[in-house]
Amino acid sequence: MSSREDILQNIRRNTGVRYEKPDITSLEKEAITYPNKTKQFCKTLEEAGGHAIILEGEKIDDIIKNLYPTAKRIASEIKDLTCNGEKQTITCATFHPDDVASSADLDGTDVAIINGRFGVCENGAVWIQQDVEQRAIYFISEALVILVDKNKLVNNMHEAYTRIDTGKYGYGVFISGPSKTADIEQALVMGAHGAKEVIVILV
Amino acid sequence: MSTKHSIAAEKFLKNQKMAAWHDQTLWMVRDKRDKMSRQIPEWERLRDMACSIKMYSNSHLDTLLQEFEKNALANGAHVYWAKDADEYCSIIYNILKSHNVKHFIKSKSMLAEECGLNEYLEEKNIEVTESDLGERILQLMHKRPSHIVMPAIHIKKEEIGDLFRREMGTEPKNNAQTYLTHAARRNLRHKFIEADAAMTGANFAVASTGECIVCTNEGNADMGTSQTKLQITAFGLEKIVPDRASLGVFTRLLARSGTGQPITSYTSHYRKPRKGGELHIIIVDNGRSQILSNPKHLKTLNCLRCGACMNTCPVYRRSGGYAYTYFIPGPIGINLGMLKAPLHYYDNISACSLCYSCQNICPAKVDLADQIYAWRQTLQSLGVANSEKRAISYGMAFLTKRPNLFNKVLKEAHFINSFPRWILYNKLNNWGKEHEMPRFAKESFREMWKKGKIK
Repeated sequence: MSSREDILQNIRRNTGVRYEKPDITSLEKEAITYPNKTKQFCKTLEEAGGHAIILEGEKIDDIIKNLYPTAKRIASEIKDLTCNGEKQTITCATFHPDDVASSADLDGTDVAIINGRFGVCENGAVWIQQDVEQRAIYFISEALVILVDKNKLVNNMHEAYTRIDTGKYGYGVFISGPSKTADIEQALVMGAHGAKEVIVILV
Repeated sequence: MSTKHSIAAEKFLKNQKMAAWHDQTLWMVRDKRDKMSRQIPEWERLRDMACSIKMYSNSHLDTLLQEFEKNALANGAHVYWAKDADEYCSIIYNILKSHNVKHFIKSKSMLAEECGLNEYLEEKNIEVTESDLGERILQLMHKRPSHIVMPAIHIKKEEIGDLFRREMGTEPKNNAQTYLTHAARRNLRHKFIEADAAMTGANFAVASTGECIVCTNEGNADMGTSQTKLQITAFGLEKIVPDRASLGVFTRLLARSGTGQPITSYTSHYRKPRKGGELHIIIVDNGRSQILSNPKHLKTLNCLRCGACMNTCPVYRRSGGYAYTYFIPGPIGINLGMLKAPLHYYDNISACSLCYSCQNICPAKVDLADQIYAWRQTLQSLGVANSEKRAISYGMAFLTKRPNLFNKVLKEAHFINSFPRWILYNKLNNWGKEHEMPRFAKESFREMWKKGKIK
């Protein structure tokens, strides 16, 4: 008998009471909501070591140039976008993440500009669904700039999973602030392996 | 009466400064967990729901695992089933061998610890690199984790500075945490890039979508799996959850309980292989299906491995992870060890004051203390009960069955208070070790009540 059959048979033999599937909907409905979602999102992202910028007419290009004046390699998966009814072009990028021959060539990227689907107010996380072939760009860059539509903020993780319930993605990730570790004497250090800085621009 | 745990704890406590630091640091994490949980009004309902979902999924493992398999196959993954540690190790070895893998990078997996994967692969000349910083430190030191979430909590930065100077050429005497962490970042960056295959465990496996969820703060699981074309993900079969809606519950509880964060920096959802790559998923039993037949201990399968029970445990905090004989320490480790091999791991059973703190904060409501209590009742039938404790228990039973005698003895008992110290505190009295004996009151509660002294 295969191990698969063996394991399944053991499970069937040993399972006693079969408990019913609980109904999550009332909990989902009563879960925490925030009167000012933008404010809450910015606050929790700061607490997670990231930083949020609310776009008010500025050029995204200028913001990135100001934040990272010495950046040499800037990857962007976004070229044009419309913010507040105005079309913007990202010109500060030096390459597209899929221009490289292999994921290893992305090492040494100073800034990556990527697209976030929505933000989560209770924890400062942004849902990223793999849009590019080289998803390494989300992790390997020294700094990460995520653009999120300011109208796409959800209160909590229940709402978040409702949003992605139909997603047929191959890979997706919630990113909440920079990569971090406290493995040496519980001292918090940003930039363990992934981005050392995470900026979310609400457009 | 000394158990292996108490002997090891005594050793741990000899370094008083380190022991105090360990205790306070873990308590600080527990405190962060409390602050986080209080920000969520529905916190207790979330815990109840997590428990109910787990009770459902663990009693429907046969159907949910098959549903997971079907969806994972449709996603383009390969799916394997491993009965035990040996099969798990050999499946992984065969995948690596058939792809001619020389460098293998791993993100933290307690299942790999459980099954002794690294030793197995290294014997077969495959270089294994741990990529979680804490695990990497321990791997270079040839030590094992002392905590399931903060594996290197027992190591001081001076030791790490010294280790990194030898292994990575860092400056002597520079033990600053940021400096050392970034040195490891640079060093491991090369390892990520040269690796031929990457492996992760899984915090959750979703039946309805066939995807595996991995939560990390460092981003090491993603650094590995986004570089190599070959990805291996292995999980214990109780990691299965029915659908994404249940992830909404678990992702809210996990990091808040474990490290006091609202969520980990990365919550990664692996569904399909990379373009041109392969995704191999291994479902592991290794004794788990046996636990299903044991109603008293069924809820150990609810465990999310968040580590909160260790952080809160007064015994764990004051004895360290190495004091326990099972590879998972603390309250959950006591129970998992007993389920694995009671005669081998019963020493840990006494490492509990039955304060119930663990049970009261467990995000999936594992009845940790009730189970430890239940195990204690079996020690005699296992033939490993402590004779001294047994004699005292019989003595107490004799007394409490005879109220008149009990009251008489109690009335006179305060004379013991005036005994010289050497009679009360000596080798024969284990209860006086590292511990002041309580003093007998002149008047019992019962007498005070009778005289109307207590209203």
